[in-house]
Amino acid sequence: MMKVLSAEEAVAEVVFDGATLMVGGFGLVGKPLTLVRALNASAFKDLTVISNNLGEPGKGLGETLRLGKVRRAIGSYFTTNPDVGAAVLAGKLEVTLIPQGTMAEAMRAAGAGLGGFYTPTAAGTRLAEGKETRVLRGREYVLEEPLHADVALIRAHRADKLGNLVYWKSARNFNPVMATAAKTVVAEVDEIVEVGALDPEIIVTPHLYVDRLVIAKERL
Amino acid sequence: MKELIARRAARLLQPGWVVNLGIGIPTLVAKYVDEGVVFLHSENGVLGVGPPPGPGELDVNLIDAGKRPITVRPGAAYFDSAQSFAMIRGGHVNAAVLGALQVDGQGIIANWAIPGELVLGVGGAMDLLSGVRTVIVVMSHTTREGEPKIVSQLTLPKSSLRPADYLVTELATFRVRDGGLVLDELVEGVSIDELKARTAAPFSTA
Repeated sequence: MMKVLSAEEAVAEVVFDGATLMVGGFGLVGKPLTLVRALNASAFKDLTVISNNLGEPGKGLGETLRLGKVRRAIGSYFTTNPDVGAAVLAGKLEVTLIPQGTMAEAMRAAGAGLGGFYTPTAAGTRLAEGKETRVLRGREYVLEEPLHADVALIRAHRADKLGNLVYWKSARNFNPVMATAAKTVVAEVDEIVEVGALDPEIIVTPHLYVDRLVIAKERL
Repeated sequence: MKELIARRAARLLQPGWVVNLGIGIPTLVAKYVDEGVVFLHSENGVLGVGPPPGPGELDVNLIDAGKRPITVRPGAAYFDSAQSFAMIRGGHVNAAVLGALQVDGQGIIANWAIPGELVLGVGGAMDLLSGVRTVIVVMSHTTREGEPKIVSQLTLPKSSLRPADYLVTELATFRVRDGGLVLDELVEGVSIDELKARTAAPFSTA
C-alpha cells in the first residue's frame, strides 16, 4: 500500500538541496498547493523547478521564488509573474524557456525511455539556436532532449490506496506526464479510496508511477 | 475595432472544425461562432469549451488557456498537456486563431518576443503554428503609434517557419497564397489607397 504522509513529511523525505523538481499545474489550477506550501516552509534551496509557470507574485511557486529557493526555472510562460523578470535581471534566477508542447513532450519522452525527439516546433526560431536540426521529408525539425526530474509534486483529485490516480477537469494538465518523468512522485489528492473503488477504465495515472500520497489541505 | 476583427475572423471557421483560440482578440472570436457548430480546443486540456460560467456554475478548476473560468459543452473531453499538444502538432486541430505583433509579406508571423526586452513567455504559440491546419492571424492593422504591422521584413523574432493562412485586421482580410499576401476582402468604407498607405508589404488584389 502507498505511503500516506503529511505534506511536510513528504517534502522532507523526497526533496534535497539542489534537486530538480517538476511541479504540476497550469497557473494555480492543478498545482499541488499543500506540497508547495510545505516546500516553502522547508529549508531546501538551490532548486531547479520545471513548471509551466512560476505561480503569481508571492503565491504558490511565486512564494518559493521570493524565498530565494529557486536557482533555475524551466517552463513556457513566466510573463504573469513580474518577480521572475526581476530575479533574472538581479542575477538570482536562470530561466530556460521552452514551447509548451515541447515541454510536455520532453516529459513524455523522459517517462517513455526515449533519447529525444524531433519536433517542427520552434524550427528556424531563436528557441532552436544551438540545437541539432534535421530535414525530414522536406521539413525542418529540431532535436529536443527528454526532461527528467528527481521529484515530481503533482495534484490529482482522487487516489486509491495503491496510488492509482484520477484528475479533476482542467486541473489535469501537466500532472499525468510529470508523474512519468520523475524518479520520485508525490501526489496530493482530495480523497483516498479503497483499492477497487476506482473503475480501471477511468484511471489516468496507474499506480506504478506514484510513490507517496498526501491529502490536500490547501485548495483554490 | 477588436469586435469587428473577431467577427470577421469567425466567418472563416467552418462547421465541425476544432478550433484553438489564443489570448486577446482571438478570445473574442468565441462570441461570433454558432453554438455547437465548432468545437473549441484549449491547450491546457479541454475540447468542447463552452461559455463563461453563469451564477452557481463556477468551478475554479475549470479554466481556459487564458486562465479564465469556463464551462464545457455536452460531449466535452479532458486530457493532459502532452496529449493536447500531440493533437496540435499532429494536425488534428483544424484551425488556430492567433494574435501577432508583426506579419511579413510571406505571412510569416512574429508574436512572442521583443528585442531588447526580457523574453519570459512563449506558451503554445510555436506549437500551434507548427501543426494546426489553418492559421488565422488577427491583429490591429497598425501599432498604437500608427506604424504598420504588416511589413516587408520582420524586425521582431519570428515564431515559426510556417506562414499564416489568413490575416484579419480592422481594414481587410488577406489570404496567404504562393508565398505572398492576397487581398481577400476590404472592410466597407476602406479604400485600396488607404490600405496600401497603412501596409508596409506588397500584396496582390486578385
